[in-house]
Amino acid sequence: MDERKTILDVKGLRTSFFTDDGEVPAVDNVDFHIRQGEVLGIVGESGCGKSVTSLSIMGLVPSPPGKIVSGEILFQDKDLTKLSDKEMRQIRGDDIAMIFQEPMTSLNPLFTIGNQLREALKIHKKDWSKNQIQERAVEMMKLVGLPRAEALLNEYPHQLSGGMRQRVMIAMALLCDPKVLIADEPTTALDVTIQAQILKLIKNLNERLDTAVLLITHDLGVVAETCERVVVMYAGKVVEEGPVHTIFNDPQHPYTRGLLESVPDMRFKKERLYSIPGNVPKPGSIKTGCKYAARCEFAFDRCRVEDPELYQTAEDHKTRCFLFDPKEAKPNDRTVVES
Amino acid sequence: MTEPLLKVEGLKKYFPITGGMLGRVKGQVKAVDDISFYVNEGETLGIVGESGCGKSTTGRMLMRLLDPTEGKVTFDGQELTSLSASDMRKARRDIQMVFQDPYASLNPRHSIEKILMEPLNVHNIGDPKERKRKVHEFLEIVGLSSYHAKRYPHQFSGGQRQRIGIARALMTNPKLIIADEPVSALDVSIQAQVLNLMQDLQRDLKLTYIFIAHDLGVVRHISDRVGVMYLGNMAELADTESLYEKPLHPYTQALLSAVPVPDPDFVREEVVIKGDVPSPANPPSGCRFHTRCPFKMDICSQEIPRFAEVEPGHSVACHLYEECRPQ
Ligand SMILES: Nc1ncnc2c1ncn2[C@@H]1O[C@H](COP(=O)(O)OP(=O)(O)O)[C@@H](O)[C@H]1O
Ligand SMILES: Nc1ncnc2c1ncn2[C@@H]1O[C@H](COP(=O)(O)OP(=O)(O)O)[C@@H](O)[C@H]1O
Ligand code: SF4
Ligand code: SF4
Ligand SMILES: [Mg+2]
Ligand SMILES: [Mg+2]
Repeated sequence: MDERKTILDVKGLRTSFFTDDGEVPAVDNVDFHIRQGEVLGIVGESGCGKSVTSLSIMGLVPSPPGKIVSGEILFQDKDLTKLSDKEMRQIRGDDIAMIFQEPMTSLNPLFTIGNQLREALKIHKKDWSKNQIQERAVEMMKLVGLPRAEALLNEYPHQLSGGMRQRVMIAMALLCDPKVLIADEPTTALDVTIQAQILKLIKNLNERLDTAVLLITHDLGVVAETCERVVVMYAGKVVEEGPVHTIFNDPQHPYTRGLLESVPDMRFKKERLYSIPGNVPKPGSIKTGCKYAARCEFAFDRCRVEDPELYQTAEDHKTRCFLFDPKEAKPNDRTVVES
Repeated sequence: MTEPLLKVEGLKKYFPITGGMLGRVKGQVKAVDDISFYVNEGETLGIVGESGCGKSTTGRMLMRLLDPTEGKVTFDGQELTSLSASDMRKARRDIQMVFQDPYASLNPRHSIEKILMEPLNVHNIGDPKERKRKVHEFLEIVGLSSYHAKRYPHQFSGGQRQRIGIARALMTNPKLIIADEPVSALDVSIQAQVLNLMQDLQRDLKLTYIFIAHDLGVVRHISDRVGVMYLGNMAELADTESLYEKPLHPYTQALLSAVPVPDPDFVREEVVIKGDVPSPANPPSGCRFHTRCPFKMDICSQEIPRFAEVEPGHSVACHLYEECRPQ
């Protein structure tokens, strides 16, 4: 049993976009938590609600058309969904920070790196002297492994490579020792050799600073390599949650299993890849039943009319699938009969 | 031995860098710099490498969508690099391309039928009735339905659009398909569908593929042989099994060791390389990898290593293997 205390607890979160076609529930009754110093992965295909989940936590859902419709996001016993804009700004700088896929969108091209780091620091460390601020900026650049820290502070974002810009973003995010770092596809735009460096840096900082990390990615390899625990999302819902070893070695949800089998593994050659039939659904397009039923090879009558809940299958393992409903015949019984 | 379907010799592409008020040429981007390889009929040659290493430029030169600065491309016994523009247009019937983003290459105002019909019109294949029949036939072949012919590109998902891109490439019954990152923009579950489709088509229609991608897992899965490019050069080329199981070039080793593997118990052999890929406008002297190579020797910054076979079917450009080569 993991003794670390829960630092962020998302409960029944529903975030919708109100469009001409009506309410689109991009995040639909999502539950998960992160413990202090933990690396939690959220994995899923495009459009399943990963980014909207992280924007909800940060209080950055574009509104209108977006809105947190219901649910709680508890951070140190405060419900973030109830805070004012001003209080939320404080949380974003001091307690929860975020980095994105494309660092260029969050860096101002007109100001030097140093300028942007110092400005960000000044907002939160109002009583610091100029020297203290400069020292801290240099220290942060070194912490994220940037060479020639002092000189780099005088350069502009476009003078840096993609990998270096992402390091700057990480430095910026960690300026005020946040308790949680949300990294939304932080390496998706980078080449693999640079991706390896950045993931290593994130893990290393997590261990040294005890910052909890919420790592959002579509890449199962990145999850296996970096995370302790995994949340698998499909069509706005959490479909499975568990420790990384369990998810990869003993996946339960048919979607998780299909996804794992679809990935071409660089270590061996399969004759043919398993492929999940059909398309990734748009959120809100499936109104009744299990969201995965149309693509699921195990679907049975109940799946088309009823929406499964997240069943607890072990102390730290949950699966949203009727095959794991204790009231249904247990899937284990079936496999025992077969073998 | 039979002749390869495609043979590439000493291929180069330098893009001029212009600047200043008079637009004078200030330098050159050596996007592709002296690469040679061949592709046998019916096989898949994978080309991998990090962004900017010259993969797309290579692909485009093979079809002469870009004219090479230097070098020779021979396809099916015909030297493409010396063909006139009109003869080249004819030759393109046999060589088709599939792109990463089919959306960008499908005219949004044309119906799928019109889009698929176009290559037949260009190459004057069949009469209108036959053309229509062929459109419907190929829609089915790529896993869509004939009723899709009346629809427009925006009505399809990314995976379906890539199927349309593939159907369009197949319309002229080509021998060679150059696929440039064809599954890179797709979700994992859709990517597997498209890879399986490409494998089925290859078997059924006896196609030859050049499969360009940055994903080493995908490339291993689909390729018979694989070439690894770095900064406009071919660093290593071998049959897939040897390349992945016994990579020789330090860059290939580093690249393979950096790929995240979907197995939390996997313990990797780490080959760490520092820093970023240098600019192709000002590539390092000697071996282009020497600025990041953990095995760099004195000779590496002075002399360009030869790209040569060191084992049957396994070629590499690295001074570490100088003594292994036939002189
Ligand atoms: N600004 C927006 N307006 C309307 N719908 C949106 C907006 N942003 C996201 N959505 C909807 O939310 C869904 C989930 O998006 P997102 O969380 O970005 O997915 P991902 O898992 O790829 O990060 C999308 O499929 C889309 O339908
Ligand atoms: N039309 C062009 N003009 C100038 N430079 C180009 C042009 N096309 C590509 N390049 C440069 O050539 C190099 C190789 O590009 P490319 O072949 O697209 O690489 P890859 O496909 O491997 O990512 C890059 O440095 C790129 O910036
Ligand atoms: S609930 Fe039914 S349709 Fe949904 S994943 Fe389980 S078996 Fe498949
Ligand atoms: S030639 Fe030298 S620098 Fe280049 S890869 Fe080989 S050992 Fe490394
Ligand atoms: Mg996203
Ligand atoms: Mg390219």
